[in-house]
Amino acid sequence: MSKVTGRARFADDLSFHGMLFASTVYSQHPHARIKKVDMSKAMDIPEVLAVITPDDVPGSNGVMRGFLVLAGEKVKYVGDGVALVVAKSETAARKGRDAVVVDYEPLPPVLSIDDALKSGASLVHEDKEDNIISKSRYQLKKGDLERGFAEADFIVERTYETQFVAHAYIEPEVVIAVPDFNQEFMTIYGSIQNPFSARAAVAAALGWSVGQVKIVQNAVGGTFGGKDECAILNACRAAIASIKTHRPVKLSLSREESMVEGPKRHPYRFNFKVGVKKDGSILAMKSELIAQGGAYNNKAQFTNWRASIHATGPYNIPNIETRVFGVYTNTIYGGAMRGFSSPQCIFAQESLMDEIAQELDMDPLELRRKNALSPGHTLPDGQLLGEGGLPAPLPDIIDNTARKFKYSKPAQPQEGSVKKGIGIACGFRGAGLGAEAGADATGAIVTVQSDGSITIVSGLTDNGQGLKVAFSQIVAEVLGVSLDRIVYPTTDTSIIPDGGPTVASRGVMIGGRAMEKAALEVKKKILVVAGEILQLDPEKLTIENEEIFSPDNPEKRVSYMDVVSRAYATGQMLAALSWFSTGVPEFDYETGQGKSYPTYSWGMVITEVEVDTETGLVKVNRALSTHDVGTAINPAAIKGQVYGGYVMGQGMAVLEDIEQANGFVKSKNFDEYLIPTAMDIPDIDVLIVETGDTYGPFGGKSVGEPGTEMAAASVANAIAQATGRRIRNLPCNLERVFLGYNLTRQGTAR
Amino acid sequence: MQEKVSFTVNGKEYEVEVLSNERLLDTLRDNLGLTGTKEGCSIGECGACTVLLNGEAVNSCLVFTVQVQGGHILTVEGLKKDGKLSPLQEAFVKYNAVQCGYCSPGMLMAATAILKKNPQPSREEIKEGIAGVLCRCTGYEQIIQAIEAVAKKGEG
Repeated sequence: MSKVTGRARFADDLSFHGMLFASTVYSQHPHARIKKVDMSKAMDIPEVLAVITPDDVPGSNGVMRGFLVLAGEKVKYVGDGVALVVAKSETAARKGRDAVVVDYEPLPPVLSIDDALKSGASLVHEDKEDNIISKSRYQLKKGDLERGFAEADFIVERTYETQFVAHAYIEPEVVIAVPDFNQEFMTIYGSIQNPFSARAAVAAALGWSVGQVKIVQNAVGGTFGGKDECAILNACRAAIASIKTHRPVKLSLSREESMVEGPKRHPYRFNFKVGVKKDGSILAMKSELIAQGGAYNNKAQFTNWRASIHATGPYNIPNIETRVFGVYTNTIYGGAMRGFSSPQCIFAQESLMDEIAQELDMDPLELRRKNALSPGHTLPDGQLLGEGGLPAPLPDIIDNTARKFKYSKPAQPQEGSVKKGIGIACGFRGAGLGAEAGADATGAIVTVQSDGSITIVSGLTDNGQGLKVAFSQIVAEVLGVSLDRIVYPTTDTSIIPDGGPTVASRGVMIGGRAMEKAALEVKKKILVVAGEILQLDPEKLTIENEEIFSPDNPEKRVSYMDVVSRAYATGQMLAALSWFSTGVPEFDYETGQGKSYPTYSWGMVITEVEVDTETGLVKVNRALSTHDVGTAINPAAIKGQVYGGYVMGQGMAVLEDIEQANGFVKSKNFDEYLIPTAMDIPDIDVLIVETGDTYGPFGGKSVGEPGTEMAAASVANAIAQATGRRIRNLPCNLERVFLGYNLTRQGTAR
Repeated sequence: MQEKVSFTVNGKEYEVEVLSNERLLDTLRDNLGLTGTKEGCSIGECGACTVLLNGEAVNSCLVFTVQVQGGHILTVEGLKKDGKLSPLQEAFVKYNAVQCGYCSPGMLMAATAILKKNPQPSREEIKEGIAGVLCRCTGYEQIIQAIEAVAKKGEG
């Protein structure tokens, strides 16, 4: 509600007494040694109070897997911070930033996957043997690949590539560090996706214990996985500046700074070799995936693990070998972005399916229907589907989606220069973190206050995606009380144990389970007190519409408020801290076999486009996005996630690409980095499928990431069908659609 | 150089002294404390800072405060009437048109401008009217639905 009145406070809306402003001096080179930092001219500006360099970091300069608060010896990309200028106004801080003179000795930059793998390539990280991100290597082996190829009627080999994509949240990163009087505690306010990771990094940078740092999350203006590494480094910088000046310090990134410094969606290269029978059955698939990690790595070990499980798509392929790794380059870096590696994998995988269908002269829908993972099949990780295993709704999803969309392949060839095409993409998505990082666990606290209001605290954070509403609904439902009673304060790291990051659509699935568990414990306590009043066995009682009664004897009842009053009067606690953990999964990382994820979400998207073959302009006309959500808890919110997710995927398909030249970022703002506007959107229909999966709270499964991951693939397939020309590098922008290649970066098309 | 400028914001009269290069956005946020208006790109591309100036939607990051002498400005804080949400604000909540909420103030102002000029806009006219405000969360659909609902009821 406060978001429509202008009263919601985002980090940049906060101000503190005596607050100073800081601005980061960024690297002028993609790869260079720093010879000298001359801050004298900056210090001459009267309003500038301090210039901070790595020597001023009181604790550790390395705070997160190789990321530095400020680069000291060498810069590895243009987003590296070299120094920080602190001043009385933002204008003065920026003036000071421009007055700092840094002397560099340029080094040859590593700009692409090929550069990184070249023998004799310069090293992005000189303490490492090569440019391969060591922990990002995974493999999955199922069946007998060579036998599969031998039995196939023909082999298809293809290569696909994706681009750096920006999260493009409308709110750039903002952090404010506020020290306490005694300089023993530091509070950070900010647009930060993962408060617990931020707390650890700030504490490390200050050389403090984590308990001395408190992260308070404000309303966050979108994050999609991105307000993480960059936001955290800026929180460290602000905290150091605050210690040095004994004043609150605000660091507010401009759009350009956010675009250059912040994480992006990893580009991937996919090399596929597939063995297919004449009847369309896919016997064997070998895939090699290389992720471009950029200058630093914090996430490729996770994105790549997810990719290793999902790379071959939701199809019944008996013989699989998947290998994946990532490389460092002197460019902007990859991080987490909505869908993690799946939008990239699904683009490649689903383009490949269409190309196989073309080779077979088969309808792409029929090829997918024929190979869809179905009851009785096993997932790439070996888990069984169907009876005794996990739900396998894909065949039904394909049939129902095609029927609802009234799918038919437009007749080829089409008259005129504007051509229509219909594209399909199917997907499956392992829920939560899975075996990516061991046990997946988080906590929740539910407290019934003396006035009957219920305060709920989750270890996970509402980043604008609606967790607050979902959690409130879960608690209100379990306790049989009105939704108005629920109070959800913003996340504060000093209240609840570290519940891990709010990523991987684990909000509802894991956070919701913890919330449900805490609510159930509180319910038990309420029923005990009610049992005392009613003189009935608490086990037999139930709560409905704020009244507690036994279904056997419904006349005898007591109100929720009377129970709360009695509990407080008789000293009984109506609160619970609960913890939900999936346990450490059984999984073999050598073969990729085991319980990768506790369950999967399934889906399919069909998109119709119109391509103007004289200009290359793609108009997305309509789309149907089908999602297995387990049980739909909040249909309007689900649709909101799918609409937004689809349009983000559409942007990835046709518009979005961070152009870089020699390691310098060219598209730094929305005039050059285009995202879809209201004029670009298609008519999107959402088909919600309920599989009765019992995994999430009330059977709910997440939809934030499935909503986005199939869109780009379906749009790309629709364009290929309309034009008869396959673009194997995203995005399918004007020049690639019209000319077949990119003007600034050659691409392949046929 | 400091200059005196007077104008009204949400019906209230103000006189401020500003540098000639101060942006209306900064005057609203820093000087008047009206932080509902947001900054997203600073170059007039994202529309998060949209306010109404004499009834027209403008990007307040592209307007100098000295240019609004005598003008009437409406910001998101001025949409509520007598403590009640405006029909558009209500519809935004009802139709799930708000996710992270960062574009919402600009979006609401653009929508207010559309309905002021044309109480019965078509879906295409609504799309055109809000095309200057970027949203990364919603995919615009539920925002359009909210505006359509208000237009249908003739409450705009």
